[in-house]
Amino acid sequence: MGDKRMSMAEAIGRFVADGDAVVIEGFTHLISFAAAHEIIRQRRRGLTLCRLTPDLVYDQMIAAGCARKLIFSWAGNPGAGPLYGFRRAVEEGVPAPLELEESTHFGMVARFAAGAAKLPFLPLRTFTGSDLPGVNPSIRSVRCPFTGEELPAVPALRPDVAIVHAQRADSEGNTQIWGLLGVQKEAAFAARRVIVVVEEIVDQAVVRGDPNRTLLPGFVVHAVVHEPWGCHPSYAQGYYDRDNEFYVGWREVSQDRARLERYLDEWVFGVADRREYVARMGAALERLRARPVYSAPVSYGY
Amino acid sequence: MMACRAARELADGEVVFVGIGLPNLACNLARRLHAPDLVLVYESGAVGAVPERLPVSIGDPSLVTNSLGVCSMAEMFYLYLQGGRIDVGFLQGAQIDRFGNLNTTVIGDYARPKVRLPGSGGACEIATHARKVIVVAPQSRRSFPGRLDFITSPGHVDGAGGRARLGLPGAGPTAVVTDLACYGFEEGEMTLVSLHPGVGLAEVRANLGWEPRLAAALEVTAAPTREELRLLREELDPGRRYL
Repeated sequence: MGDKRMSMAEAIGRFVADGDAVVIEGFTHLISFAAAHEIIRQRRRGLTLCRLTPDLVYDQMIAAGCARKLIFSWAGNPGAGPLYGFRRAVEEGVPAPLELEESTHFGMVARFAAGAAKLPFLPLRTFTGSDLPGVNPSIRSVRCPFTGEELPAVPALRPDVAIVHAQRADSEGNTQIWGLLGVQKEAAFAARRVIVVVEEIVDQAVVRGDPNRTLLPGFVVHAVVHEPWGCHPSYAQGYYDRDNEFYVGWREVSQDRARLERYLDEWVFGVADRREYVARMGAALERLRARPVYSAPVSYGY
Repeated sequence: MMACRAARELADGEVVFVGIGLPNLACNLARRLHAPDLVLVYESGAVGAVPERLPVSIGDPSLVTNSLGVCSMAEMFYLYLQGGRIDVGFLQGAQIDRFGNLNTTVIGDYARPKVRLPGSGGACEIATHARKVIVVAPQSRRSFPGRLDFITSPGHVDGAGGRARLGLPGAGPTAVVTDLACYGFEEGEMTLVSLHPGVGLAEVRANLGWEPRLAAALEVTAAPTREELRLLREELDPGRRYL
């Protein structure tokens, strides 16, 4: 199938264009900050950012001026307050106005699932009794042809590019994750192009030795980027812990626009790539390294 | 007080969908006391979680280690929630009205909000599908207004029979626990059941955007026990993140 390994700069340069709909998924776990920072460095503009929880990753991209529109379901700093970059864009139009297309988590999951399955929409039971359909015209309803029941429905979402961080993949992009699984599988299958970012590149024999752990087969993946610590301040189960202090501290950083810009200058524009970011973080990362907790091996024999 | 009272709403063996913050504290407290077989489910996909530390976020890695299972979010919403497998949903709201409807979306007008709040996340589906819902929130006129700026998640909609008319599967909110009092629901309306020790009816009225409906016999909420306080302060939240 061929070796798809490349640098982050090359992957973003080749597969993310101005105006694209981009999804960087990972529910708290496995969020590719390394990819987001490279998109900011390459000064992509006019992006439609899709993600259940914009998190710090999109707060930074919005503050850096990359985004035109946000498709989302929960815009807070998980466990630590508001996202002020996002709020400044919505409340004050700074640095630019941000168009919102707002759903619920279930609504977003169903949109990716429909996109992945090439269905125009999926029905689901939520939104009834909520004001959300009144502010999002893409939330509609459909009559069940079997029971006559009226059901809420959401349209397929097919992003131009999905970026997924994983614990490991082989050079062809056969990708494995464990821990919280989020909505990465649906998001990646829904997208036209897929970039996988990994903690480790492994031999294909490692993937084949434990096939139940595979999230994506290589034939849906366009690029494989090796980027250890690529999630920080998010985390990778079994590799390093979430940097909760960073998340809590982001409240103060993001609250002050000048401070947020200084952060971007120092930690995004001020480094050439993730390797330099990791080197500059130094011991601050080392304290996050996971202690190992192993599962019992299983037999795949027959 | 809120965490203790909310914990007592949970029965052993129930499957509870846990939100972050106080709900998380209350569920972990209940698990350590009267409900050791409480099954904690987090929308991040952790099922039967036994976190060794108080998770800062609902996607914390400590929810995965030694859990009963981990599922994708599609499975969580399709199979667990919409499939009717969740007994209790635990929610917080920025605003709550007398029918238990919740707003976590905006203060002010949606298009030009005074304050942009995070939004639904999974709250709308928890409010829709959990067999019953418990709400915890500090009480004030701002957070308990006469009318919500936006309904994110439905409670009893417009009162008695509101949920049935819309075909909502779960029973909706059955209890609201605030820092002043506990409420149940009668005919789909929040009903004052007990006042916390030292709190008077006047204080409750001053912090509520409508005239409260009162239960036939108004009680005083049982104070936290020494063991509850010890667990909360020394083991569950020694850093006082939520207390």
